[in-house]
Amino acid sequence: MSILVIAEHDNSSLKQATLNVVAAAKAIGGDVDVLVAGENCGAVAESAAKAEGVNKVLVADNAAYGHFLAENLGELVAEVGKGYSHILAAAGTTGKDFMPRVAALLDVAQVSDIIRVESDDTFVRPIYAGNAIATVKSSDSIKVITVRPTAFDPVAAEGGSAAVEQLNVVKDAGLSVFVSEELAESDRPDLGSAGIVVSGGRGMQNGDNFKMLESVADLLGAAVGASRAAVDAGFVPNDMQVGQTGKIVAPQLYIAVGISGAIQHLAGMSDSKVIVAINKDEEAPIFQVADYGLVADLFEAVPQLEEELKKVL
Amino acid sequence: MKVLVAVKRVIDYNVKVRVKPDNTGVDLANVKMAMNPFCEIAVEEAVRLKEKGVASEIVVVSIGPKTAQEQIRTALALGADRGIHVETDEEVQSLEAAKLLKAVVEKEEPKLVILGKQSIDSDNNQTGQMLAALTGMGQGTFASEVVVDGDKVNVTREVDGGLITVGLNLPAVVTTDLRLNEPRYASLPNIMKAKKKPLDATSPADLGVDISPRLSTLKVEAPASRQAGVKVADVAELVDKLKNEAKVI
Repeated sequence: MSILVIAEHDNSSLKQATLNVVAAAKAIGGDVDVLVAGENCGAVAESAAKAEGVNKVLVADNAAYGHFLAENLGELVAEVGKGYSHILAAAGTTGKDFMPRVAALLDVAQVSDIIRVESDDTFVRPIYAGNAIATVKSSDSIKVITVRPTAFDPVAAEGGSAAVEQLNVVKDAGLSVFVSEELAESDRPDLGSAGIVVSGGRGMQNGDNFKMLESVADLLGAAVGASRAAVDAGFVPNDMQVGQTGKIVAPQLYIAVGISGAIQHLAGMSDSKVIVAINKDEEAPIFQVADYGLVADLFEAVPQLEEELKKVL
Repeated sequence: MKVLVAVKRVIDYNVKVRVKPDNTGVDLANVKMAMNPFCEIAVEEAVRLKEKGVASEIVVVSIGPKTAQEQIRTALALGADRGIHVETDEEVQSLEAAKLLKAVVEKEEPKLVILGKQSIDSDNNQTGQMLAALTGMGQGTFASEVVVDGDKVNVTREVDGGLITVGLNLPAVVTTDLRLNEPRYASLPNIMKAKKKPLDATSPADLGVDISPRLSTLKVEAPASRQAGVKVADVAELVDKLKNEAKVI
């Protein structure tokens, strides 16, 4: 068996999710190669080569891959992946975009968003927004799989010394072009891989009030998230959404502030190690999953939390 | 231009999902079914394109059992012009759904195909992308804005870091995310009118597509449930517990 992992990155640094996917690949077994497709992405390839357990790093460095357009990546990965038994990518918005194209071009099914590996052809994945857990077996010769990064502990980022090989494969499908992007700038850790997440819901009342959460997050070195209700209400941008249709997180500590705990939100965070809920409604469903619940007005509790944290940190 | 919208019949999103005691799947007997919420957004977007004069005809297609015609009628009541029902009682997985839709695309030759980004039952998030690959079209997935301009479409996509806009040549595939629009409700007169709109039936065999599944589901289980913890009296106690009991700060 040989496994191809498609690296997730931004052309300058390797995203941690890649290390989680390599861990999933190791759970399947066999040699693990990593494909880094991007533009001027040499530094990413070097990082990938240092990751634990990587056999070889393949680099496709070309303008066609600079913005990770699915049409181009799909053709590239289908071509490079033909020789492998498994092709894996993180189930982020990039992997979800191009991987089904890879599967279709190879005429195989895709197994989406796996959370466990049972064997080389059998995988566990959530369905119905995490209300049911399915074990599925693939009969295809090549398994195309997206991996939920938070479900696998990452391999070490250092210690490996894989060979780096340049690929001269340029696939420009000519179907799509990059126009523009509005990416959130933040010094805080990435929501998907942060060790601590502080999230706000509709109870925050407006976007300005999220500054209170940001102060707490900065004390803790945490990322800031939000419920779908807060995003739909326009308090904060969509990339902060935690939930079934947003980001799936599983930090060591998840602090839910003013979040009632709709099922679709719980689906995105209930694998967190420790959950704290702060809500003035003691009947809120979030308390049913919280390890520590505080029934309180968040506008009093959050500033107090900031003060208390300053004392102990 | 012609717009094709694919819709799926799924369990109503308000229904509490229950796993069957024999772990073969989810209990769908006597459960309320509805159009997949992301597909409602797809229908709405097509209707808005027609209202703007961009789309001239909206064709809605659904794959599934006889009862899937209810969801086609719903789409017709919302403003679609005619329906195509690919009837089958078999389980249809994403790749096979994409192949069936490809056959419909080849017949109908739409300029734009709009689908939901995923269905809330299997949560695969695959069919639109697979259809795009099989038909050689560009794709704008997880769309929050769709702007058609001549023979091109600009699609703003909700991605992990924020928003990305891509430009696609038409014909193209768009899959919808939550914030693309807010679907309307069908009015009673439109529901009555929808009953008279044309709805053609076809089948996987008619379309020449083998729908044998590639994935087999070995078992379906309820997720491990999380136990509720303790209530703390105040913030000081909370911080103390986090530091000394849970040791996470």
